[in-house]
Amino acid sequence: MGLDGAWARAWLETSAAVVAEHRVELITLDRAIGDGDHGENLDRGFQAALAKAGDLAPDTTPADVLKLIATTLISTVGGAAGPLFGTAYLKAAGAVAGSDDLDADAVVTLLTAARDGIVLRGKAEPGDKTMIDAWTPAVDAAAAARDAGAGPAAVLVAAAAAAEGGAIATDPLVARKGRASYLGERAIGHRDPGAASTALLLRAAADVAGER
Amino acid sequence: MGDGKVGVVFVSHSALIAEGLVDLARQMAPTVNLVPAGGTDAGGIGTSFEKVSAAISEADAGHGVAVLCDLGSAILTAETALDFLDDVLRARVRVVDAALVEGGVAAAVTAETGGDLDAVESSARSAVFGPVSEAPAGAAPAAGGAGFSRTVALTNKDGLHARPAAEFVKLANTFAARVTVNGKDAKSLLGIMALGLVQGTDVTIASADPEGEDAVNALAELVASGFGES
Repeated sequence: MGLDGAWARAWLETSAAVVAEHRVELITLDRAIGDGDHGENLDRGFQAALAKAGDLAPDTTPADVLKLIATTLISTVGGAAGPLFGTAYLKAAGAVAGSDDLDADAVVTLLTAARDGIVLRGKAEPGDKTMIDAWTPAVDAAAAARDAGAGPAAVLVAAAAAAEGGAIATDPLVARKGRASYLGERAIGHRDPGAASTALLLRAAADVAGER
Repeated sequence: MGDGKVGVVFVSHSALIAEGLVDLARQMAPTVNLVPAGGTDAGGIGTSFEKVSAAISEADAGHGVAVLCDLGSAILTAETALDFLDDVLRARVRVVDAALVEGGVAAAVTAETGGDLDAVESSARSAVFGPVSEAPAGAAPAAGGAGFSRTVALTNKDGLHARPAAEFVKLANTFAARVTVNGKDAKSLLGIMALGLVQGTDVTIASADPEGEDAVNALAELVASGFGES
């Protein structure tokens, strides 16, 4: 069976918890090659979204939850992460609107729309040392898992693992987008904070899907 | 305020930068809607979707809004804010890829002179303090040939600084003819300021256009008047 609004709510709750848990780690990553606010901003955004989740109707769909996260991140996260993740959740919401039973194909559609939204907003390409370096392998792995017959939870597990690999693979890169691009080769050896947080969020999605 | 003119929004990670830029540009663009959108909602360093959205609405007087930004995430915030505007307003709002300070001042001055959104964007994008841009082709000094030229001494104490330079460019823009100041385009604010004209300098105002005489006379008289300064 597919993923429903309760899964999306659980994803939000776990995301908020995981971001809070990794707040200092994300700040440390961002301080090395950015402006140091990624952990704090994302934590504030997800806590705000969590606080608003109580207003959602009991029979809410995944798209409703994703849209709530999108608008909250956009309006409460000051850094680049607000518009980027906000656009990702917004496009994801649009891609699965009306459905309360997301199958493997719908999960791939959701992830693809999120990734495309970030590309549209930030104009980054793979290899630029951005969150796209986690999102793109995640989308590719999700599609491959679906093609191999995996269910929605297994598709998310494949996406999360690929995002984690993609985040690690940003370590040796020189940044071509964002604040880190000013650092040139000094960014080498540091992980992109947005790729790291992407991996955390997708792992949360997989974990809550697996528990259902 | 701002009736009939393009509005300008300055988006910065710092409230002080955005507000300071309004003060700076205001000197040269007293009647344009110039709206700062700097810092986070909590007053920290960052950009705010809410502040940017509100500033765009405030700057709009129906003739378009140019939004200038500092660092990358300010652009992302501004573009996201555009996505959430209603279609009618969004159609006349543009995020302009330009240097915030130089482009912002140029945008404000062009808006002050009644330029449309295309003109405001174009002046902002071309405004950089680098090598002084040459006068457009065809505006060669009118030495001995067709055209008209006058040389007057610059009398104001502080030379052709920002305020008089803006006044000069505003006046130059009211004429269709191509005019040069010491060989540079009389309609380019930053080009003129980069000439570094100080008190006592001879300023040669020229036009190769047959219709340029009125423009040259008007501009020469403005320079000779000392711009109301002693």
